[in-house]
Amino acid sequence: MEGELAHIGAGLAAIGSGAAAIGVGTVAGNYLAGALRNPAAAASQTATLFIGLAFAEALGIFAFLVALLLMFAV
Amino acid sequence: MATETDTHSEGGLVFHPLDQFIPKSLFGDGPIAWYSITNVTLWLAIAVACVFLLMVMGTSGRKIIPSRLQSVAELIYGFIYKMVEDVCGKEGIKYFPYIMTLFLFILFANYLALIPMSYSPTSMIAVTAILGFGVFIAVTVLGFVLNGASFLGMFWMKDAPAVLRPIIAVIEVISYFVRPVSHSIRLAGNVMAGHAVIKVFAGFAALTLVSPVAILGITAIYGLEVLVAGIQAYVFTILTCVYLKDALHPHH
Amino acid sequence: MATETHEATAGACVDAGGSAIGMPQLCADWMPNQVFWLLVTLVAIYFILSRVALPRIASVLSERTGTITNDLGAAEELKERAAEAEGAYDKALADARAEAQAIVAKTKEDIQADLDVELQKADAEIAARTAQSEKAIAEIRDNAMSSVADVAKETAADLVVALGGKADKKAINAAVKARIGGAS
Repeated sequence: MEGELAHIGAGLAAIGSGAAAIGVGTVAGNYLAGALRNPAAAASQTATLFIGLAFAEALGIFAFLVALLLMFAV
Repeated sequence: MATETDTHSEGGLVFHPLDQFIPKSLFGDGPIAWYSITNVTLWLAIAVACVFLLMVMGTSGRKIIPSRLQSVAELIYGFIYKMVEDVCGKEGIKYFPYIMTLFLFILFANYLALIPMSYSPTSMIAVTAILGFGVFIAVTVLGFVLNGASFLGMFWMKDAPAVLRPIIAVIEVISYFVRPVSHSIRLAGNVMAGHAVIKVFAGFAALTLVSPVAILGITAIYGLEVLVAGIQAYVFTILTCVYLKDALHPHH
Repeated sequence: MATETHEATAGACVDAGGSAIGMPQLCADWMPNQVFWLLVTLVAIYFILSRVALPRIASVLSERTGTITNDLGAAEELKERAAEAEGAYDKALADARAEAQAIVAKTKEDIQADLDVELQKADAEIAARTAQSEKAIAEIRDNAMSSVADVAKETAADLVVALGGKADKKAINAAVKARIGGAS
């Protein structure tokens, strides 16, 4: 029974990946919107873009990690 | 431990997406001691060999007009050098070899892990935790050595309203200590997730009905992983630079 | 799980089928091995980079920058020299043109002077000839006039004689003079 609950929990934690996807999309989309408005400044902000993407994605990875832990380690 | 029984009772469709991360001793079957030569050792050694090939053999000509390998090596050098200089300023140039070491190691470990049947050291949390906490401890020590107690001023926002300052300070301290965790788990998680997903798709490929879709999926995820391997190396490096900048100039 | 593996035997992370129990990443038995070899790897890469690769690439890059700067300097010098040569050429061309113009002007002047002299000479000659001619014409006219008077006087005297008169020389002279007018 506990195992099944853990699997359900893993599935719920996987929703977090979708949330991270929203975050990554927001970052990339806003970067693109800004870059198209001011292409001259776009190149100088790619580092910021990647940092933002990394932070947004890290939280999705945390959700994934929770899912993995529930699946394999609990 | 639920999976132990589940995976074996499934019959035809068996998923062992995490088995690829098991270290195996190359010589002998004994327990893996800290000095045993395992497949981890092998692929780490191959990464070192690749770095040596690219950065030393590739540049052995010292040509004014570079050969292909030499221009790749120079490109990576220039890329990381510019990143360190842009993010950390002139004072950061001193630490350029360390950052270059991190970048090249992660880059080659990530890309070598994409070779089928290879082992991916950067998917191991122990490995990335050493990298992440190494950066964290180095940066913290460096911050205190260079700035003394004023390094703590990083957590005390002087331009925030006085009421909010203690709350912000608590949040800043927590976020500071979360840094190495997210720093290391980001890398391990990305690599592990990609490899595990490929393995899951490969498991589905055993069913004739869905195997074309599964193989297409593997191809697509593999393409994504090629991208992720480079981006994660870049992200790890640039975040190291950002943390280093905090140690060098804590007051922004 | 972590507590379990600490006390367990070496094979605790792998089940009988050879697949992982739990996440291989979290199996504490395998961690020292990875950490040890990771540190060896990092040290190896660090020494490869800091002792050999990075100084070499830095020297190659600076050498290239130096070469490019030198080449650019040489190119700049050559460009200057070319500009100089062009200036000299332009100057020579302008000089030649000026000289040619001077020669043309001088020649024109000479010709003009010669022409003026010749014209003056010709004018003088013409004037002299005209004067001479006029003189000759006047002489001829004077001669003719005096001849006319003489002929008239003789004719008048002959006529008077032929008419049976006596030729009074004084009267005839006065009459002829009155008739011809003050021409002579």
